[in-house]
Amino acid sequence: MNRMSWFNAVSLTLGFAFLYIPMVILVIFSFNESKLVTVWAGFSTKWYVELLQNEAFLNAAWVTIKVAVFSSTMATVLGTIAAYVLVRGGRFMGRTLFSGMIYAPLVMPEVITGLSLLLLFIGIGLDRGVFTIVLAHTTFAMCYVSVVVSSRLVTFDRSLEEAALDLGCSPAEAFRLVTLPIIAPAVISGWLLAFTLSLDDLVIASFTSGPSATTLPIKIFSAVRLGVSPEINALSTIMISIVTVGVITASLVTKHQVARQKREEQAAERA
Amino acid sequence: MRRFVLIAIPYVWLLALFLVPFAIVLKIALSDAAIARPPYFPQFDWAEGIAAFIAELDFENFVWLTEDDLYWKAYLSSLKIAVISTFFTLLAGYPIAYGMARAPEEWRPSLMMLVILPFWTSFLIRVYAWMGILSNEGFLNQFLMWIGVISEPLTILNTNSAVYIGIVYTYLPFMILPVYSALERLDGSLIEAAEDLGCSRLTAFWLVTIPLSKTGIIAGSFLVFIPVLGEFVIPSLLGGSDTLMIGKVLWEEFFSNRDWPVASAVAVVLLLLLVIPIVLFQRNQQKQQEAEQ
Repeated sequence: MNRMSWFNAVSLTLGFAFLYIPMVILVIFSFNESKLVTVWAGFSTKWYVELLQNEAFLNAAWVTIKVAVFSSTMATVLGTIAAYVLVRGGRFMGRTLFSGMIYAPLVMPEVITGLSLLLLFIGIGLDRGVFTIVLAHTTFAMCYVSVVVSSRLVTFDRSLEEAALDLGCSPAEAFRLVTLPIIAPAVISGWLLAFTLSLDDLVIASFTSGPSATTLPIKIFSAVRLGVSPEINALSTIMISIVTVGVITASLVTKHQVARQKREEQAAERA
Repeated sequence: MRRFVLIAIPYVWLLALFLVPFAIVLKIALSDAAIARPPYFPQFDWAEGIAAFIAELDFENFVWLTEDDLYWKAYLSSLKIAVISTFFTLLAGYPIAYGMARAPEEWRPSLMMLVILPFWTSFLIRVYAWMGILSNEGFLNQFLMWIGVISEPLTILNTNSAVYIGIVYTYLPFMILPVYSALERLDGSLIEAAEDLGCSRLTAFWLVTIPLSKTGIIAGSFLVFIPVLGEFVIPSLLGGSDTLMIGKVLWEEFFSNRDWPVASAVAVVLLLLLVIPIVLFQRNQQKQQEAEQ
């Protein structure tokens, strides 16, 4: 169909307006001169300056990034192993329980995951702080990673691995030289997903963090509870821009890679 | 041997950090509220054996949940909010997904990205954005007063309406994506055939398009319904003191009242409430996979 009907055009316009207008307003008012978030009083970048001088926010941002880097990396390793075991591991004792434990955290309400982990940490006498948040985030993020990676493993041609084994690779070498490069895009998107999940998480972090470790979402939440503030708008704008640039870059890179792959395939066919 | 180690690493991790914590919640939910007064330190005396554990079981907390009507109301109101907001999300999401599936093919990847982008943006920020819009001197009231629909500002923030708006807004991508993927696969010639056979556009839509996109509608509805049931952030930021949702009750029971046994019992009941929709969702996904093969 070449021409869009007026109905489709209207529903798309309204739909995307609904999705984007709130964020556009948020960004515009981060540049507001006035302390009031809803009345425009002229352009100013003073809230950004204030934000960058606010030590509490900077500390929280640093903690959040640390937690996200560590937990997403651990989650990627554990999740990839879990996916490999699920798809290639064959039958083993307790496989049903294992796959259940992979899928259950995806639908588990965050308040329950947070509560249960907190009770565990207190039970074994672990001091709550950055380390416990990392443990908690790794646990729920590894399940997401393993779902992403196993969907790639299921579709990939197993004979490639078998050929490598026949040609004298050890299983570890076959994994490193054949399997890993093929599933790499899924592993990378799993890492990105784990990273954003960790950056974004408020509920689980609130349960598992102690007074020594405050993450950015916890900080934002406690500030926002008191009402809207232009500093939070400035912070949101920075976060929205980072995500936008990241997602657009990622999609351009994938597009480029797909195009290159197509060209190579065509070249191979011609030869 | 290597295979064993490979399986054991993620297995032990999940056992220790998912299953064991959950067992602790269950144990605390069943333990006595009196000794369990804060701070509660669970005792791990496995040596006592399972018989002693069973003898210790105490359903007092659950009985208490049924006696205090706050919890009844919270469960019912969570269910109500989840059902109504899933319906509105479908109502808002379906036309968008439909428009995307009918858009020129070269637009579709960009439209997809526009739907996915908010999903990567912080959930908290997207909820926060509505606080400035819905407040008494917010943009919505300013706009409505400017066009002359109302003369007095409406109170929307801190009511259930704000919670509905927030849920529809934040969960919209979860509805659009599965519905879109069902609609995109739909063969356009089927609709043409229906129209050739005398159906009006609307009847063709009702009799052909809707039934063929059923799997997408069901998947999207569960993807919205299940997380909304345990939602905490939206009711606590956009809702008022009379907005009862079970996620919020659990949070307050834990952080404000510091009543851990009751918080644990609330968690167990919430999970029981979720089992039915999760099983139904699993079934739907399986059916869909079988249909594809």
